[in-house]
Amino acid sequence: MAYAASHDAHDDHGHHPSGWRRWVYSTNHKDIGTMYMVVSMLSAVLGGGLSWLIRLELAEPGIQFITDFQFYNVMVSAHGLIMVFFVVMPALIGGFGNWFLPLMIGTPDMAFPRMNNVSFWLLVAALILLVLSGIVGSGVGTGWTVYPPLSNIEYHPGPSVDFAILSLHLAGASSVLGAMNFITTILNMRAPGMTLHRMPLFVWAMLITAFLLLLAIPVLAGALTMLLTDRNFGTAFFKTGQGGDPILWQHLFWFFGHPEVYIMILPGFGIVSQIVSTFSRKPIFGYLGMVYAMVSIGFVGFVVWAHHMFSVGLTSSTRAYFVVATMVIAVPTGIKIFSWIATMWGGSISFKTPMLWAIGFIFLFVVGGVTGVVLANAAIAVSVHDTYYVVAHFHYVLSLGAVFSIFAGFYYWIGKMSGRQYPEKLGQLHFWTSFVGVNLLFFPQHFLGVQGMPRRIPDYPDAFTGWNMVSSFGALVTALSTVLFFYVVYRTLTSGEKCAANPWGEGASTLEWTVPSPAPFHTHEVMPKIGSQPAE
Amino acid sequence: MLKNLKALAGLAGVLVASVAAVALAAKPEPWAILFQKPESPVMEQIVSFNDYISIVIILITLFVLALLIIVVVKFNEKANPTPSKNTHNTLLEVAWTVIPVLILVAIGIPSIRILFFMDKNPAAEMTLKVTGHQWYWSYEYPDHGNFSFDSVMVPEADIKDRSVRLLEVDNRIVLPVETDIRLLFTSEDVIHAWAIPALVAKIDAVPGRINESWVRINRPGIYYGQCSELCGVNHGFMPIAVEAVSKEAFKRWTDDKKKQAAGPSGVEVAADAARPTTGSAR
Ligand SMILES: [Cu+2]
Repeated sequence: MAYAASHDAHDDHGHHPSGWRRWVYSTNHKDIGTMYMVVSMLSAVLGGGLSWLIRLELAEPGIQFITDFQFYNVMVSAHGLIMVFFVVMPALIGGFGNWFLPLMIGTPDMAFPRMNNVSFWLLVAALILLVLSGIVGSGVGTGWTVYPPLSNIEYHPGPSVDFAILSLHLAGASSVLGAMNFITTILNMRAPGMTLHRMPLFVWAMLITAFLLLLAIPVLAGALTMLLTDRNFGTAFFKTGQGGDPILWQHLFWFFGHPEVYIMILPGFGIVSQIVSTFSRKPIFGYLGMVYAMVSIGFVGFVVWAHHMFSVGLTSSTRAYFVVATMVIAVPTGIKIFSWIATMWGGSISFKTPMLWAIGFIFLFVVGGVTGVVLANAAIAVSVHDTYYVVAHFHYVLSLGAVFSIFAGFYYWIGKMSGRQYPEKLGQLHFWTSFVGVNLLFFPQHFLGVQGMPRRIPDYPDAFTGWNMVSSFGALVTALSTVLFFYVVYRTLTSGEKCAANPWGEGASTLEWTVPSPAPFHTHEVMPKIGSQPAE
Repeated sequence: MLKNLKALAGLAGVLVASVAAVALAAKPEPWAILFQKPESPVMEQIVSFNDYISIVIILITLFVLALLIIVVVKFNEKANPTPSKNTHNTLLEVAWTVIPVLILVAIGIPSIRILFFMDKNPAAEMTLKVTGHQWYWSYEYPDHGNFSFDSVMVPEADIKDRSVRLLEVDNRIVLPVETDIRLLFTSEDVIHAWAIPALVAKIDAVPGRINESWVRINRPGIYYGQCSELCGVNHGFMPIAVEAVSKEAFKRWTDDKKKQAAGPSGVEVAADAARPTTGSAR
């Protein structure tokens, strides 16, 4: 019977359910990837909109329009949570990962297509819970780090924090299921001839990211559960006076939180590697070095967490260890930067939109990376900790790093995903306006930070006015540029030119460019054979 | 008569302190792009170390930018129609692994030296205990009769000099210059962080724990800072202000406080009189 059913399904190849059933019940990696992209874009409007309101409030000293400071803290927290869990991760991992990982390794779909569906819908449920957390009570005003005691029931009564905890639980479960799916797919379903050392770098990046998720998320889940029982069932894991310790939360949270940073940036490394190689018309320089740089970033990322906690009162010996361990990460990161440049060196580069975003990524990631080296030094970190210097640093690596890689990936692959190519001129305009906007937005925040402006405050001493106005002007430019992006999406989907199977020419050597554009519902029905294929 | 004279002298001392305060008020400056001028040995070391590391990172960034510009100019498809097939250069790969390691060692050694220098000061001459509350600070002087007072932000309506809006408090901490002062931190509710950019690197005030740091203030003046750990609704409105005075003026001030603390109306009065220059609040 079961056999008969699966036989029927087999006959159905080429056809697929239509209407809402195609999406809600989807087990197709491309459809699920598309849905992840859509969720990411919707969340980006929400999370980006919040940041725009924050910059509007901070445009001038004094209170502009947010008179309820709890609401201000809620906006700051929601911006962080949404951007991390519902914009960057769904776009890079759920979106591009689902879409292109099977295509790149030459397999028809993910190893567990139904689990893929569950992953996606858990994420939607998580997003709904997070939005509800702002509606059911006074909101989560704890920052995305949810530090107790502020997040304890005494200081955040009402169900808001509980909703956020459950939201993160579901988002975490979604990520872990997705990670298991990616790991199984990559390790077992590669086309014949594609050894591990022949996999495209994007696939390597996804493999390492998946392992980081698999190991980091359970620690977050444990910590969240402890916080939930502290709040509701009388336990005292994080309560002083009852045998607990709020610093324990910080250790657990950052044991997850630091790998999380690499979870957000490694897929970006992968995308940029593909793009740099494609548009330079050269294979990646030092492929093995690139692979093992990512592997070592993944490893070391698990043993540096307390550099987020230099001011909590750790002994100097403890801090000295975390200083050294953190600085070690600069070495593999440097290898990646220089290998990208060496890939371009001697190349024949065409500066199409994806390449502009990739080069922008490389430069801005260097800027965010060197301030990371500064912050690795506990001595300096404690003087700028929790100031706008840190805000500038992590927005350079995430907002300008991870998000630039998302845009790079979008322009690189939209032809493959939709069958229509983006308008080149508008794409380049989007890049340049964004590049100017984000630098105006975030660079002055370094100055505010070293002068001492704390983060997460709704009003600031008058001396900080100048750079805050510049920063808010940058936010305006960035917002307009984002509107332009949505117009580009609209133009592409409605009147974009038909895209060839391989619009980029000989440089694009990975398998996704061997199938037609848009990629058909089922691809690689006959396994592709890999000869002297990619990279090496 | 003598008593009155003494009181007058005490008042004069406070006045002198306020005059000195006009000479130096360490607070953020408009359009500034560098650290506030350091006024303690620890911050002097941190800032000079940051100067050094800033040069290193600016050079690295410019180096990468220069490489990118060369690539864009020399290796665009017009300038270089046929790409090379070169994907390896062992020497280069070893170089860009080893040279960053050397740079990091050159940064790490002074970094860790400062870390241990700023840690604790066993030779401290006095102690100030700091307690964070939602949303104000309170201070105790255990070595001077253990008097204490609360320090609350002066609301905007009572501020005359706009440059200290959100920075001024009703009762400033008074501390002597050129004295090694042990700082102890704790909190009564949530986590706060105590920070004065010109004097001390910040340290968290954590409930149930006591954190330790130290400061030596180089010269008289008023030093401003703000709470730097999200602590709830009024996180942005619990500033910190230190008034550093000469050792003699500090002794007069503590003697006064001790006397008031011993008086019938106790700590409340003491807290009120601890306000050296600014108007009332709360
Ligand atoms: Cu506080």
